[in-house]
Amino acid sequence: MAAESIPFIILSTLFINNFVFSMFLGLCPFLGVSAKLNTAWPMGVATTFVMWISSLSAYLLNRALVAADLEQLRLIAYIAVIASAVQLVEMAMKKLSPTLFRALGIYLPLITTNCAVLGVALFQTTREYSFLQSMAFSLSAGAGFTLALLLMAGLRERLDLVNVPKVAQGSALSLLLAGLLSLSFMGFAGLGG
Amino acid sequence: MTTPLRPDQTPPLTMDTFLQGIWRENPVLVMMLGMCPTMAVTNSLRNALAMGLATLFVLVGSNALVSMLRSLVPGTVRIATYIVIIASFTTVVDYAIQAISLTLYGALGAFIQLIVVNCIILGRAEAYASRRPLLHSVINAGGVGIGFTLGLVMLGGVRELLGSGTLLGFPVFGASFQPWVIMLLPPGGFFVLGAWLLLLNWLRGRQPGAAPTPVPVHNHGR
Repeated sequence: MAAESIPFIILSTLFINNFVFSMFLGLCPFLGVSAKLNTAWPMGVATTFVMWISSLSAYLLNRALVAADLEQLRLIAYIAVIASAVQLVEMAMKKLSPTLFRALGIYLPLITTNCAVLGVALFQTTREYSFLQSMAFSLSAGAGFTLALLLMAGLRERLDLVNVPKVAQGSALSLLLAGLLSLSFMGFAGLGG
Repeated sequence: MTTPLRPDQTPPLTMDTFLQGIWRENPVLVMMLGMCPTMAVTNSLRNALAMGLATLFVLVGSNALVSMLRSLVPGTVRIATYIVIIASFTTVVDYAIQAISLTLYGALGAFIQLIVVNCIILGRAEAYASRRPLLHSVINAGGVGIGFTLGLVMLGGVRELLGSGTLLGFPVFGASFQPWVIMLLPPGGFFVLGAWLLLLNWLRGRQPGAAPTPVPVHNHGR
């Protein structure tokens, strides 16, 4: 797996194996913050940033842990790094844009428990990506997550204006919608060989 | 959360401590928490069951520890402490499953390690175990864990039945059954859970004097 070229990794994580639609990672914020376009966008960027930071640190940490023969601590070390990165983003956002900070609410600290972030760190370790491959992987995973969030938010903004049967309101409808989006993303399968 | 407990903060242990997590506040079907493992590993009943039990173990173990340490952990670093506790139990499960069955380990893949970031566990630790005595926390965590397993089994059963025509690997339909492969693929997960929610909403609407539908967590962003 380590021989994958950078463009292939980008194409693959962005579309073919999109984190949300075909790997089922990061579904909580995907269903949670996708109600409005103007919160979906910053959420996507914040998550991408955290993914990139944690991928970078996970790469260095993994080398250190392997060198010290302490691989059983990998999971604990990764999650500690992610939690710190989220704290950093939270502090920055509180300072730079308090309105946005309030709009994202509980979902900002919850980036820590976004499985997509830990997923990036774990997958790059099991696939033995090199440094450049890891960077490409984490950035395109974040971009793919943002893409999914924006698509869903666009659809849900339209849905607010439509008269939906009472039984289907809320989460049931979002899930069916996500299913349709996921179905259309399956069309990318086989792209790039 | 190191404030001493007032007597009225700990309600007596009732059947409801256990039962609320199973049905009324079912993490999958009502609260919509822990969606990622719910979708990703439910393409067969066996995987769903294994994932549910693994999560149950981590949930009960970490909540017991959180509850025991609740007066020692300073409020400012409590989330970090909980995460480390959960990560330790997850590492135990990870190695245990590797030892028990490598096929199962291969099928569940990274999702065993991703139990760490299952929001149900952190949510229970923060909202319940950090302010309740040990027995309460363990019983409540057990209920939530069983509820989670139930949700996974409801999804995994339907998806395996429709997607490969089997249940736990045994063929159910005759040889002429044409499997609905889409049910095993990612979209199937979304569709089946959506369909369960529709069914439950419909049943709830038919019940006379039914309790109002709980607001799913993810609508708070609106």
